[in-house]
Amino acid sequence: MSSPDAIVVVGAGAAGATTAETLRRQGYEGRLTLVGAEPHPPYDRPPLSKQILSGRWEPDRIRLRGPEVYDRLGIDVRPGTAACRLDPAGRAVELADGGRLRADAVVIATGVRPLTLPGTEGVSGVHVLRTLDDALALRDALALRDALGEGRRLVVAGAGLLGTEAAVAARGLGADVTLVGTAPVPLLDLVGPQAAGLVAAVHRDLGLRFRRGRVRGVVGRGGAATGVLLADGTHLPADVVLVAIGSLTNTEWLAGSGVPVGDGVVCDGLGAARPGVWAAGDVAGRPDPRTGRRRRWEHRTQATEQAVAVARNLLAGAGARPVAPLPYFWTDQHDLKIQVFGEIAGTDSCHLVEGSAAERRFTAVYCVEDRVRGAVAVNLPRSVPRLRSLVETGAVWTGQPTQA
Amino acid sequence: MKINVDRERCVGAGQCVLAAAAVFEQNPEDGLVELLLPEPSQDLHAAVTEAELICPSGAIELQS
Ligand SMILES: Cc1cc2nc3c(=O)[nH]c(=O)nc-3n(C[C@H](O)[C@H](O)[C@H](O)COP(=O)(O)OP(=O)(O)OC[C@H]3O[C@@H](n4cnc5c(N)ncnc54)[C@H](O)[C@@H]3O)c2cc1C
Ligand code: SF4
Repeated sequence: MSSPDAIVVVGAGAAGATTAETLRRQGYEGRLTLVGAEPHPPYDRPPLSKQILSGRWEPDRIRLRGPEVYDRLGIDVRPGTAACRLDPAGRAVELADGGRLRADAVVIATGVRPLTLPGTEGVSGVHVLRTLDDALALRDALALRDALGEGRRLVVAGAGLLGTEAAVAARGLGADVTLVGTAPVPLLDLVGPQAAGLVAAVHRDLGLRFRRGRVRGVVGRGGAATGVLLADGTHLPADVVLVAIGSLTNTEWLAGSGVPVGDGVVCDGLGAARPGVWAAGDVAGRPDPRTGRRRRWEHRTQATEQAVAVARNLLAGAGARPVAPLPYFWTDQHDLKIQVFGEIAGTDSCHLVEGSAAERRFTAVYCVEDRVRGAVAVNLPRSVPRLRSLVETGAVWTGQPTQA
Repeated sequence: MKINVDRERCVGAGQCVLAAAAVFEQNPEDGLVELLLPEPSQDLHAAVTEAELICPSGAIELQS
């Protein structure tokens, strides 16, 4: 392909913004447009369920870069502008506002949106948490008090990273919180049994109730939620319901474009979906050389690392190189900082490396047939570089297994 | 080039140390970024720019 002189990046989250910045820093001088459906310039999502929901930070703290950076780099950032169609034959992106942008290359970075429960559209008191506006709306809803000054009753449907973090923040706001999830304890597969045990203890100390089950629907009266119904028939009363049960990729706008879509945009190891069309971040399904399967990652560092790689590959022509960033995420659960490399689910043994669960700080590695495939650090950030390299190299673990 | 780091925004992912170990360090206690060289020499600029780019929290700010 000849070198592009008009690039459109669709989706102005972490992946989109980083792609645009990297293109410039790699010396791309042509036209560069970053279109985003949200009314805000690019901002960071992880603080939404932490510092923003808890009220510790105001929204301006999560801005990714000041407007002067985009000006200086010559990036035409267009918040409040959704793309509605990709026309690869005509080399153009069509916008919901009727505009049409010429594009020699397109980067798809439209991320995901929350799954909802059927029949909850327009029911007041039912929330999701993906955007800054979602976080502020939920914070406002939880700040209300009843006539006796009591906090709101919140039920969180889904006990993953998002649900647990939001539940902790909501407790801090004085809400009465019940977390509903299908695993025996929250985060079991994600952080491993030892760390999940500590998280469960923190949740108990905070007075957060966990209930194993599946939320089937929301019960309401007069268009407002009054509770949720679980699959086993239990009714849990609630003033506010947060639905955090997973996500859907934002790919509808690609219909008819010829871009392959499955679980997200189907990309090769370079990040390309078809000639001139690339994808990065939560929306991108990529081959994972560690497992041989294609998958998406909804992790913050993946978004940036994929974006950097896609920008480089887009400009590199024949010099493009496949990249598979090491899976990594962190979660803050009150006073526990948990960092995870690789994947813990599916491993067959665990070895404690340092510290102990009793001290509330430890590191552990998780192996498949003695090769390190995952690692967790709880309140031990200094050990993170070592853990990273153990997972990255798939080191053979020679120590004794510890009981899970 | 002058670097500012915002330790309150830092999430301790250590990406900056991987990119430019001569310039950034993680505090052994809290894992948050520490600046070793606030005004790095020319030969380090590319690595520092890389660190700014891949930092997941926008905690690194460069002034040229
Ligand atoms: C509350 C919360 C907490 C999180 N905490 C952590 C954490 O602690 N650690 C961690 O590793 N990860 C965390 N994550 C995940 C992390 O934030 C994501 O992986 C990351 O934001 C993905 O970035 P992205 O750019 O791919 O997608 P997004 O940030 O979702 O950006 C996509 C953007 O594209 C826009 N868009 C969609 N369709 C269109 C269209 N047709 N036209 C134009 N624009 C469009 C969307 O509006 C959105 O702004 C968290 C996520 C959430 C929601
Ligand atoms: S890369 Fe950013 S978030 Fe990570 S340690 Fe460095 S400054 Fe902190």
